[in-house]
Amino acid sequence: MGSDQIEKRIELKAPVSRVWRALTDYREFGEWFRVKLEGPFVPGQVAIGKITWPGYEHLTWRATVQAMEPQHLFSFTWHPYSVDPAIDYSTETPTLVEFRLEEIPQGTLLTLTESGFDKIPEHRRNEAFLRNDGGWTQQMKNIETHVSETS
Amino acid sequence: MSQKRRSSTAARRFAHAPVFAALGDETRLALLARLSEGRRCSISQLTHGSKLTRQAITKHLRVLERAGIVHAVREGRESLFEFDSVPIEEVKDYLNRISAQWDQALSRLKSFVEARP
Repeated sequence: MGSDQIEKRIELKAPVSRVWRALTDYREFGEWFRVKLEGPFVPGQVAIGKITWPGYEHLTWRATVQAMEPQHLFSFTWHPYSVDPAIDYSTETPTLVEFRLEEIPQGTLLTLTESGFDKIPEHRRNEAFLRNDGGWTQQMKNIETHVSETS
Repeated sequence: MSQKRRSSTAARRFAHAPVFAALGDETRLALLARLSEGRRCSISQLTHGSKLTRQAITKHLRVLERAGIVHAVREGRESLFEFDSVPIEEVKDYLNRISAQWDQALSRLKSFVEARP
């Protein structure tokens, strides 16, 4: 995993079908993600809603749905952490968020990745950075540790 | 070189992609490793011992300069390049914030699906 990609894994004590619904039903997604969406997720279309997080209710949430492979993969592109009204995020290349579901004895293993922070997804580059620059190695490792925490 | 290129880090636009992209090349990483030792270097010094031409090194330095990771400082007749850690600190900070948000969101998702079968 490069440090220009976020990856998280979490075990959920619920069947894959339950997790799939929580991810892709726009009302359920909105409850835990804290956004009030205007309508269902449709691949290729922009999902729009109002953020319901206290203090951020004035902000609009936007994401373009990419893949919806039932019980397996849900993905969208968006501009992460776009909460500063002074910044025009539309000029920045969006990142890709992917939720992957896998059945395990305990329920569901959910893997979340967010990639494309550099526009060109090539994850080798940060491994190269770790090799080449001793001064930053520890801090980059700290990120990886932080990023790979599971819950 | 130009005055614009020497503008202060405080004035820099908040843009992360150029920083990530600038770090995505072995030659530039090697240049950064050298410059991050703290000593300013000229293009000649940076070209010395490299298989690349002066023109190629210059091109890579410009990419780093546009991302704000190095700055050119005029000293006499030549330009010296120095390392600036701020943009890299900023992108690390940015990833940490996004990462923390995902931790919170996934934790809410976990409670949600486990409490409501």
